[in-house]
Amino acid sequence: MVTAEQVWDALAEIPDPEIPVISLVDLGVIRDVAVDDGRVRVDFTPTFLGCPALEVMRDAMAERIRELGAEPEIHVLMDDSWSTDLITPEGREKLRASGFAPPAPRKANAPTLVQLQSNVFRCPYCGSTDTRLENIFGPTPCRSLRYCAICRQPFEQFKTI
Amino acid sequence: MSERARQLLEIADDELILGWRDSEWTGIAPFLEEDVAFSSIAQNEIGHARALYELAARELGATADELAFDRAPGEYRCSPLVELRLLDWEKTIARHYLYEEADAARLERLKQSNDPEVAGLAAKIDREETYHRLHAQMWFDRLKDEPRFTAALDELRPLLDADRGEHGPELAELWDEMTIVRRSQPAGTTW
Repeated sequence: MVTAEQVWDALAEIPDPEIPVISLVDLGVIRDVAVDDGRVRVDFTPTFLGCPALEVMRDAMAERIRELGAEPEIHVLMDDSWSTDLITPEGREKLRASGFAPPAPRKANAPTLVQLQSNVFRCPYCGSTDTRLENIFGPTPCRSLRYCAICRQPFEQFKTI
Repeated sequence: MSERARQLLEIADDELILGWRDSEWTGIAPFLEEDVAFSSIAQNEIGHARALYELAARELGATADELAFDRAPGEYRCSPLVELRLLDWEKTIARHYLYEEADAARLERLKQSNDPEVAGLAAKIDREETYHRLHAQMWFDRLKDEPRFTAALDELRPLLDADRGEHGPELAELWDEMTIVRRSQPAGTTW
């Protein structure tokens, strides 16, 4: 009989389709796993509501659970249970190592323009904070574009959500 | 139709139609950064529309696609502000700014809703809209003393309070474009 721990381990092997260096578990989007007599219920939330990878992720989770010999039931939560603060420390490090600056902590308030335009964001390549905002939007909704004035390298910043 | 469903449809229609209009800048915005920005904003708005239609659809015994694409153009409840095909950059930015301001006030109200599904979805949408507002604010700060921009704000602002039941010919044209795939598919096709 499959256990919740086995399901978590299996889900930890599914990469985010748009940023494959990080897994769905690292991203913090798996909100709950419940195992009941061969049925596995997964509560999952999209990072962004317009995420085009939603169906791909749902199918990948269902497939992994079937491989464990259980019947999957994937629930997509459209509530406010996810924020980038839920990305695990391992996930943040994987992002940084592959050239994505991890999101700043959200704390109590939503980000402001002054914050985004300030130089508190660290370049994932050389570590300098002498970086500037190039564009609030980037190749996917969850990323912004920044530029490092020291190593002269553009990089992507995971938005704080 | 309940007040809840009516309200959800109104917002979903705004986000769907504005998302389509924003996507019209894909490939032809004045510079590459804005091409990326308006394409991203369009993707978010259509994602919000989908989630809002799904919530309304559960109550109305329909599907999100049926609500989004199977109604006649006259049945849409979007604001006349979002349906205009705007080919001028200053008007696009004026609409973006006016819409984001009004949408922020609406989301603040919805976040206080007693209905946990509505309040939860509004809070999730608001996290994303924060970045649309920052983008609109950045452009407002840049253009606020430009006469063409202030004239565009004055021209478009009254549309925020215009009747949501009255639509111009541009909505019907957009509807034709937006539903062509759905209308041409054989019955029972799934995606």
